[in-house]
Amino acid sequence: METRDVIIIGSGPAGWTAAIYAARADLKPVLFEGPEPGGQLTTTTEVENFPGFPKGILGPELMANMREQAKRFETEIISDKVTAVDFSSSLLKVMVGDTVYESKTVIVSTGATARRLGLDSEKALYGKGVSACATCDGFFFKNKNVIIVGGGDSAMEEANFLTRFAAKVYLVHRRDAFRASKVMQERTFANPKIEVIWNTAVEDILGTEVGHVTGVKLKDTVSGVVREMAIDGVFAAIGHEPNTALFKGILDLDEKGYIKTVPGSTRTNVPGVFAAGDVQDAKYRQAISAAGTGCMAALEAEKFLAESAG
Amino acid sequence: MEHSFTDDNFQNEVLKSDVPVLVDFWAPWCGPCRMMAPVIEELAGEIDGAKLKIGKCNVDENPGVAGQFNVMSIPTFLVFKGGKVVDTFVGGMAKQAMKDKLDKTIG
Repeated sequence: METRDVIIIGSGPAGWTAAIYAARADLKPVLFEGPEPGGQLTTTTEVENFPGFPKGILGPELMANMREQAKRFETEIISDKVTAVDFSSSLLKVMVGDTVYESKTVIVSTGATARRLGLDSEKALYGKGVSACATCDGFFFKNKNVIIVGGGDSAMEEANFLTRFAAKVYLVHRRDAFRASKVMQERTFANPKIEVIWNTAVEDILGTEVGHVTGVKLKDTVSGVVREMAIDGVFAAIGHEPNTALFKGILDLDEKGYIKTVPGSTRTNVPGVFAAGDVQDAKYRQAISAAGTGCMAALEAEKFLAESAG
Repeated sequence: MEHSFTDDNFQNEVLKSDVPVLVDFWAPWCGPCRMMAPVIEELAGEIDGAKLKIGKCNVDENPGVAGQFNVMSIPTFLVFKGGKVVDTFVGGMAKQAMKDKLDKTIG
């Protein structure tokens, strides 16, 4: 079997940047795109804070560009999802079903995924009024009423975005104050189509028996009173979870499940395995910081290969 | 070959098709849809058209079909057999995962 120099798992800004650097260093990287090709930026619209694009760029376009750039330097792209890893020997193994790939180094850039509410009804009604992507699905709620759950910047951003289509957007938050930035809060409070429902949690989503969302069951977190509300769509922006299920018991993770790296580097506890992007970053979580650590990981992998070659 | 399905040709091209049909409901503003575009294009090139017809339906230009089949999230992939929906996948996925699902459907 062919032993690779670098395998990259994940296709967000960290993964593609690592691929560009590794490919230009002639390491012939192999990149697995995973279950959400392009990662979180594919569900955003305009990216206004990525340097080099003075007029902004669409998230999906930015990701398509990065892919193109990695391809130009002959990154081998595999449109598949890694199902298991084995880092127990210095020959690192990455599995896709029964197919085993061996490599001297692995860069983990599997990112993070938007957290769901965790209700059975949410799963049953996914794509039938429950959406994980406001920018994709807002269109289907023209002149309808929707709720969005959350209290951070992304909840405010999505609430404001949804008012382009929806008649009314209810922003449901379990506390009596938002943690979103001041500017986003002001924009939200000033939008006449948004109504904030404080101290409230979504207990259940109604409509499973008819096959689409008809309402929600809301619980007042202070009084405990439960009520039902008719609604057409349910969106959630309640934070993210790192995609580290593959690495449990294999790489050191912190208490929130993020991969631990040696400070000032992208090194994990396993020699030859590096982690970049949101999968190891609960703090900044930006496209540009992910790209930065992707670059670091590729340079560190290159150095590791040079040193282990003696 | 990748087909293009519209409100006008859906009846003939999809519902009355002799072979099963995979329809990719998408829109240009939807990021995950755009990421799936090359996957669908490649699958359309690889899978024998006599076994499975593959095509796209722009929900923005064809609200009739999208509404008829209750598409409320994109990308949504519907598999039709004999005029009926036999499988539904919502959201982006890796090419191989899509292929595996289709293999099961078309046998």
